[in-house]
Amino acid sequence: MYHLSLCEIRDNLLKKRFSSVELTKCFLERIEKYKNLNAYITVCADQALQSAQKSDEKIANNTVGDLEGIPLGIKDIFVTKGIRTTCGSKMLANFVPPYESTITQKLSDAGAVFLGKTNMDEFAMGSTNSTSYFGEVINPWKIKERLVPGGSSGGSAAAVAGHLCAAATGSDTGGSIRQPAAFTGVVGLKPTYGRCSRYGMIAMASSLDQGGVFAKTVKDAAVFLKAMAGYDEKDSTSANISVPDFESFAGKSVKGMKIGIPKEFLVDGIQQDIVDAWKKGAQILKDAGAEIVDVSLPLSKYSLPAYYIIQPAEASANLARYDGVRYGFRAEGKTLNEMYENTRDQGFGNEVKRRILIGTYVLSAGYFDAYYMKALKVRKLIHHEFNDVFQKVDALLAPTTPSSAFSLDNEPKDPVTMYLNDVLTVTANIVGVPGMSVPVCLDKDQKPLGLQLLAPHFMEEKLIQIGSVLEAGANFPSLKEID
Amino acid sequence: MYIKTESGKWEVVIGLEIHAQIISESKLFSSASTKFGAGPNENVSYVDAALPGVLPVINSFCVDQAIRTGLGLNAEINKVSFFDRKNYFYADLPQGYQITQYFHPIISGGYIDIERGNGETHRVNIHHIHIEQDAGKSIHDQSPTKSFIDLNRSGIALMEIVTEPDMRSAEDAALFLQKLRSILRYLKTCDGNMDEGSMRADVNISVHRPDTPYGTRAEVKNVNSIKFMATAVNYEIERQIEILENGGEVDQETRLFDSVKGVTRTMRSKEDAQDYRYFPEPDLPPLILKQSRIDELRKTIPELPDAKSKRFQQEYALPKYDAELISSEMETADYYERALAAAKTSDNTVAKLLSNWLLGELFALLNKSGKSISESDISAENFAELIMLMKDNVISGKIAKEVLELMWNEKKKASVIVEEKGLKQITSTDEIKKSLQAVLDEHQDKVAEYKNGKEKLFGFFIGQAMKRTGGKANPKMLNEILRELLNS
Repeated sequence: MYHLSLCEIRDNLLKKRFSSVELTKCFLERIEKYKNLNAYITVCADQALQSAQKSDEKIANNTVGDLEGIPLGIKDIFVTKGIRTTCGSKMLANFVPPYESTITQKLSDAGAVFLGKTNMDEFAMGSTNSTSYFGEVINPWKIKERLVPGGSSGGSAAAVAGHLCAAATGSDTGGSIRQPAAFTGVVGLKPTYGRCSRYGMIAMASSLDQGGVFAKTVKDAAVFLKAMAGYDEKDSTSANISVPDFESFAGKSVKGMKIGIPKEFLVDGIQQDIVDAWKKGAQILKDAGAEIVDVSLPLSKYSLPAYYIIQPAEASANLARYDGVRYGFRAEGKTLNEMYENTRDQGFGNEVKRRILIGTYVLSAGYFDAYYMKALKVRKLIHHEFNDVFQKVDALLAPTTPSSAFSLDNEPKDPVTMYLNDVLTVTANIVGVPGMSVPVCLDKDQKPLGLQLLAPHFMEEKLIQIGSVLEAGANFPSLKEID
Repeated sequence: MYIKTESGKWEVVIGLEIHAQIISESKLFSSASTKFGAGPNENVSYVDAALPGVLPVINSFCVDQAIRTGLGLNAEINKVSFFDRKNYFYADLPQGYQITQYFHPIISGGYIDIERGNGETHRVNIHHIHIEQDAGKSIHDQSPTKSFIDLNRSGIALMEIVTEPDMRSAEDAALFLQKLRSILRYLKTCDGNMDEGSMRADVNISVHRPDTPYGTRAEVKNVNSIKFMATAVNYEIERQIEILENGGEVDQETRLFDSVKGVTRTMRSKEDAQDYRYFPEPDLPPLILKQSRIDELRKTIPELPDAKSKRFQQEYALPKYDAELISSEMETADYYERALAAAKTSDNTVAKLLSNWLLGELFALLNKSGKSISESDISAENFAELIMLMKDNVISGKIAKEVLELMWNEKKKASVIVEEKGLKQITSTDEIKKSLQAVLDEHQDKVAEYKNGKEKLFGFFIGQAMKRTGGKANPKMLNEILRELLNS
């Protein structure tokens, strides 16, 4: 039953073909069996079984929520009351929050069962899930090759791909949902900035962070997103816009829709298989009746540099609170400053330190205008450019990543090469539009490849509509068993 | 306004940054209480403690309060303003940054007119007012090895009111601060309690030769009383002039005021100045204000002290001194006007009489008991009744003082006390004549002396007659009748 999609599980549970407790036990066993993937930082078996039990009672009483009894993985960036929340860092290795994030609260209100907290790059900084204090996550497609699952939501991606949960939450600041989704052959949806509350989602870069979903199918993603989206008065940047019934858009015809192919996404060094997959994707949509239009977003090439100024700048301030004073890790020191230095030196990993330094630098007197203010201006211009293009097309189709997943052993050692991994995904975050990666095929080394769809602000339903057609046409061979 | 020394004239230039705590039940970005005097860390929400994942949500009442303050200070309300982060590490700053308004504050401009001792009116312009959150408190004196943190203040809403460098003396600065405090208290946007820390000032001071560019300024931090501010300013003026006259240069630095010794001391030099790395707060959208909201708030602005004082002078013919003193606190002015209304007279001698007795006798009783006028045991209406009894010659001024004290102590109306204790004035000519005749009969020798020219004895006879009547004889009649009797 672990192979089933979220929607299939939903139907089976409601028809009482199996119980939530049975299903939860099955996933817990798999999590234990495939511990080597290191997909979970914390497994909460007892809580999961208790809530599965409750769900079964609700199913018996016919008082079900939208996700009743469905076992999920929760990225360890979402604060969960009474359940350790580490954000992949030594700094919070023992942090048990006293409150619940809005997203997990909504999921829990919808009846979802939380299997545990999934692994991630430390404070969501990374593209391979190798910066986690709790160790690397292995992509279930090629364990022996130590294939990376992508990052930062590598644990969630690996858990969904390896059937260690029905679906999982993620967060996407520059591609942290879509890139690992592409690397692991699952669907990853980053909603519009403001669609889901950020309250209780540990902040990395506040103006870019957005919670979203990993699922096995586009329809699953639609059902899942519906349950967690919506305005939250606790997050002033969340949008007071009604949430459509995303599920009803799955499978809807794309006839007459215009799909833009942005030529700038054909970046230098892009893997040939991916270019082929892109063409294949466009053909699928064309065959389904959509019009394929070549479009240009000349400024999008500045997204990555703007991103690597804005994101570290905001992160440098957001991470200032981890000072050893009130909670989390503390290293002793003779003076207050020494305590700060020791705490932050020992509590943070290198990537986090690197970004704090970059952020501190670009905000410093004398550099602020040249870097940060300029990046904000660039961001505004790119935003205008996207708005203009979306006057002409319903959505954009582009590759999610310039390459398929690579082995941990071949992980680029210099940070700039590593940051280039995000070149195709960051634009959606810079502009705030929703994006979804859909797996389309395998490359010549049998590794998954994904294409991403981008839609105008608050039009996730278009992603669902087009994505489901793409999915049907591509007939991606999902991972059946872990070797 | 120059200071003259042997070397010539100096001009003093002062600008103030006033941190005023906004009156509000809850904090600027959280629902935690702002109540003063709670136990350590009792008024702390997850937002105030900066737990991972929390987000600030603006308290719109605090925004209203800032807008009202701007309106009360003749300022411009900016319909779009933004929040920014000011980054620095300190143990009592949980977020590692303060949310403030650095680039685009909510209020620009504004002014206060002060009146100098020589009667000259001087305008002090306000540069801007922004809203920001307060930090917590570090406590270092409870243990030899440990510091403690109290986050009750963390996140409390402050307005920072930044003036132009428009003040020229300690007197100017003190007058400005007094007036500002009075206006904020009228607006009920800040209680102005400097000793509780709800209002504190950073003072920027420099001196220079007239008609030359401004001198280098020193900033004295966290001065928490008007008196201390004047002391700090005067100390700085002397210190800086002495440096300059000896050929030295004033350092641009931050100084602390030592209230015990009355001196300022270097806290940190310009080289040690922190880089706060201000940048726009991404957790909060722009603060956008509708004109209708501003218009509604404008309707809530009460008559402010200057206008009130002017009106008191015009309507009630009060002297400027009385009018200003009464209108400096809204509660006093309200009390005064309630009493005046209860007196039901348009006679301006009553207005003055009320003012005299309010500022004199009643204030003395309030001071003695440590109560504010709103806690007064004598209502404005009862106070007016007392004044009218005096005005209508039912009791004398001397008796009125006694009655006032009895009203305070026994919590009774003046008329009741006068009735119970038989304190009504004697206004019967016969009765007064009888008492006087008795006095004159008793002191025939003195009558003779008087008639021989010792006119001073007139007062003696009056005193004796007063004694006989228990102080109740109408003094005017007593005088007239005595004169009649002695002349007959």
